[in-house]
Amino acid sequence: MTKSYDAQPVLKGIDLQVGEHEAIALIGASGSGKSTLLRCIDLLEEIDDGDIYLDGECITVPGLNPVPIRRRLGLVFQSFNLFPHMSVIENVVLGAVKAQRMPRSDAQERGISLLERFGLADRRADYPDKLSGGQQQRVAIARALVTNPRALLLDEVTSALDPELVGEVLAVIRGLKQEGMTMIIATHEMTFASEVADLVCFLESGRIVESGPPQQLFSAPARAETQRFLARVLTARG
Amino acid sequence: MSQPIPLSPPAQPTTRAQRAAARSRRRRRSLVVSGISTVVVIGGLATFILTSPGWPAVKQTFFSVSAFTSSFSSVLSGFWLDVKLFLIVEVVVLIVGLLIALVRTVRVPALFPVRMLAIVYVDVMRGVPTILVVYLIGFGVPALQLKGVPTGAAVLGGAALALCYSAYVSEVFRAGIESVHPSQAAAGLALGLTRWQALRFVIVPQAVRRVAPPLLNDFISLQKDVALVSILGPEEAFRAAQVFAASTFNYTPLIAAALLYLCVTIPLTRIVDHMQARAMRERGGALALGIR
Repeated sequence: MTKSYDAQPVLKGIDLQVGEHEAIALIGASGSGKSTLLRCIDLLEEIDDGDIYLDGECITVPGLNPVPIRRRLGLVFQSFNLFPHMSVIENVVLGAVKAQRMPRSDAQERGISLLERFGLADRRADYPDKLSGGQQQRVAIARALVTNPRALLLDEVTSALDPELVGEVLAVIRGLKQEGMTMIIATHEMTFASEVADLVCFLESGRIVESGPPQQLFSAPARAETQRFLARVLTARG
Repeated sequence: MSQPIPLSPPAQPTTRAQRAAARSRRRRRSLVVSGISTVVVIGGLATFILTSPGWPAVKQTFFSVSAFTSSFSSVLSGFWLDVKLFLIVEVVVLIVGLLIALVRTVRVPALFPVRMLAIVYVDVMRGVPTILVVYLIGFGVPALQLKGVPTGAAVLGGAALALCYSAYVSEVFRAGIESVHPSQAAAGLALGLTRWQALRFVIVPQAVRRVAPPLLNDFISLQKDVALVSILGPEEAFRAAQVFAASTFNYTPLIAAALLYLCVTIPLTRIVDHMQARAMRERGGALALGIR
């Protein structure tokens, strides 16, 4: 599949398959197309050539209403994008109540149990600006999960966090992996990617240059581009 | 590289008491200066007016206590019409203004003609003086002799004001809607909300909060412009004052009307200031000005 903004190609032929319960990590420099790929999968962007399938069903048929498809996927943003005028619990239940038409009491119950799991039940009445970045991102993950999505798309969910807050968010994702949640994770956290992902894809200028199981890709990258990128990232870490 | 400026440290470290003393010296000095300056400016202005050659005559025609007391009740009952008109028009303006803003924001093909009309309407109403619209509606609509269309001057005047102010207010709402970052809409859509739901539950509530201060500003100005309805004849405060002045050649009732307007507009202004200051604090912007 390909995608351009105006004449600027961003994704130049992505071919990717994600199995049920799999976690795929997308790595690559900023601007390599990771975020765009996730936005395309959630149908927030229209792709140019190719197709995307969800549970064997083509979701990129021209003219198809994207709204019911988006309800089957969860997307978490780099900058959280919580709704600042709603309390934590209102943020979490909005999708369930308005998009899925779940009865409010059921949604509330489900929202609270998710917040409890993420250690945020006591913050449910607070507004997002009272929360730390790590807490906000955990709320955002709860918000994406409340509608029971088939797959979760995570767009650099720790990139906007202070280093000491990264761990709490990664712990949440680790837990989801153990439960068998299907995930596509765009990330800069190489250690985390190698720990959680079943498959790591390295993107450079809109292409998947190399993909493979984490041990193989991180310890013995086959392509020169991948070697260069990993060398750069790992030396930057010191 | 320039040489570092040699610092000569005080023999003893400066104490908290010394800093507090310096602060209170500074505070006392600024109090004294502002006191003197106020007396000079206000006193000067008062002397200038009170010693002017026409002052005794002006005092008699504009500040007559007897004219004030005898006209006050009719001006006040006129002002009650102003307040009623203001309250009704304000509610209409809020609803119509938001609707127009929504029509201009939503890209639905079926609404295309409505959107075109909305653009023309806003352009025209913002470009024509309010007093002209009041005239045209107030005298034009009854001339059409339509059945079922009200011809009361107060109703038509109110309608004319609503037409003008809805145009202004729709632009305020639209600015608010467009100021909400697109990532908020994306977050709403990603949850599976429809475009309309994202607008209704995510964008508009944030937009309305943001534009509350400028909206109130428009309402202060609406509260004053209600006086324009007087040209159609209904006896609101300004009209009542004019009638009184015309029969007695004393303009004190106009001052009474002005005071009544101020009784409403000044508190409204203070509320706006307060809201703006709070909005500023929330964005952390006031800090820069809070430094002495």
